[in-house]
Amino acid sequence: MKQPLKNVNLVIGGTLVLAILVTASLSFFYTPYDPNRMNMAKRFQSPGEEYPLGTDQYGRDILSRVMKGAVNSLIVGWVAVGIGMGFGILFGSLAAFWRGWKDEGVMRLMDVLYGFPAVLSAILITSILGPGMVNSMLAIGVFNIPIFTRLTRGTSLSVWQRDFVTSARAVGQRNGRIIWNTVLPNILSPLIVQGTVQFAIAILAEAALSYLGLGTQPPHASWGRMLNEAQTFMEISPWLAIFPGLAIAWAVLGFNLLGDGLRDLLDPKLSRTRR
Amino acid sequence: MFTPVAYQFIKRLLILLATLLLVSGVIFLVLQVIPGDPAQIILGIQATPENLQALRHKLGLDLSLPVQYWNWMSGVFRGDLGVSITYDVSISELILSRLAVTFPLALLSIFFAVVFSIPLGIYAALHRNRPGDYGVMVFSQIGLAVPAFWAGILLILFFAVYLQWFSAGGFKSWMESPLGALKSLLLPALSLGLIRAAVLARLTRSCMLEALGEDFIRTARAKGLAERVVVYKHALRNALIPVVTIVGLQMGELLAGAIVIENVFNLPGLGRLIFLAIGQRDLPVVQGVGLLIAFFIVIVNFAVDVIYGVVDPRIRSGSEEI
Repeated sequence: MKQPLKNVNLVIGGTLVLAILVTASLSFFYTPYDPNRMNMAKRFQSPGEEYPLGTDQYGRDILSRVMKGAVNSLIVGWVAVGIGMGFGILFGSLAAFWRGWKDEGVMRLMDVLYGFPAVLSAILITSILGPGMVNSMLAIGVFNIPIFTRLTRGTSLSVWQRDFVTSARAVGQRNGRIIWNTVLPNILSPLIVQGTVQFAIAILAEAALSYLGLGTQPPHASWGRMLNEAQTFMEISPWLAIFPGLAIAWAVLGFNLLGDGLRDLLDPKLSRTRR
Repeated sequence: MFTPVAYQFIKRLLILLATLLLVSGVIFLVLQVIPGDPAQIILGIQATPENLQALRHKLGLDLSLPVQYWNWMSGVFRGDLGVSITYDVSISELILSRLAVTFPLALLSIFFAVVFSIPLGIYAALHRNRPGDYGVMVFSQIGLAVPAFWAGILLILFFAVYLQWFSAGGFKSWMESPLGALKSLLLPALSLGLIRAAVLARLTRSCMLEALGEDFIRTARAKGLAERVVVYKHALRNALIPVVTIVGLQMGELLAGAIVIENVFNLPGLGRLIFLAIGQRDLPVVQGVGLLIAFFIVIVNFAVDVIYGVVDPRIRSGSEEI
């Protein structure tokens, strides 16, 4: 294993992610102003001493709302990746164990899920369940399931051929136990790396859904929603469209770099071929 | 009886047909559970139960689900996707008119993506671990992190609000003003293209590095070929195979997934059509466009699989294993 501190991607990505985590945690105890409090006398204040990132059309403090938006994005990321990983590992492990027609059936079903554009599926799901943060997490999580199923199945297949699995079978271990104790620990690295990448994608997807009005609902702060509202007032207050977008890019860049860094750290063979 | 390539082709074709059939079933079923009665939406809350029932009968909504599905699918095979509830025009016509926006938008986006990414990727590979390479990699990382719709908003802010070179959104029809139509697609295509360029630049770089490390490149150099010929004729041609594949996949994705960008720029494309249709509960439109989008994606995936198998036999045998 390489030295983690020499891994530039890991260090930069980790720092960016840590900054987001700290900001989100801090926002539970402290924000410069109440993120939802309107103050019509202070509408469209440009960034300055009183309001470091300015105020919006209702006089709400942008910095406080960007801080609260971080909580929103992190929750969506965790839940969406959790749903994808949970179901994906289950289906992928079973498919790799079953092989044959059951495996083929599971994977074709995943093809159908994967074949449908993510944003469109998410829009459909939120149309059925109604717009909101919880439903958008579900919608994004469902899109993650085929990705983790494919990854789990692909990596498990090779582990099932290894000698230590054959030995575990030879000593009469039950299949479920072999999957849990022997196969899963050996495929954890690629799953963690993929989880980090999907976290970044979930943040982007939530922002897109909120931009379309299907994610987090007002008055709660969400980066995507803030960009939607900003577009109407861009001519008089361009900063409204800058800071929430920067926050999204910051978070996504952080998780992408962290994913790259973890890949280099956990799987040097893969990073060498990937270059 | 069949050659291995033909066998693979037939197998994939059957899987494609099964996938499409499954997708059509899923789309149909999902739309049945969307809350909201289309008849009520058309007639409004003042409608009498008799009128509602009559309209449901006219739309075929009172038939059993299997019969509704059968009617829809037999219409699809005849090229008849039904009539839009909101616009009261044939859905095929509606799709064609929206494709006149979405298709050129996808083409233009891919054009921008390729024009930016391939030279950058080649440059980065030829200057590996030097400042230029790092610059390209930083561009690529930032491109991957920026949401296309925010890039679109920033482009509007700069080119439409600040410089006033473009309008902030909307679309002039091709008949009215071909140049105006092209101009209305430039900013959205740029925002979609730049983000995709980030992926392609990274891929081109890594494929070029791989190709440049191959034995045939050493042989070409040993033969005394000019470096330009080695790089562009031998290395690039090999490196481009996966790049072209991803370009193909991105094209399929763009035809289907420009929903957010079409909303940012208020473009009357396929994405905006299906987005509004979901809100308006125009189920025939959602079904028709949804099926078409799934069709695009499945066909592109199929084409990529087949081409990959033909071009690189290693992948064909590998696909059996994983």
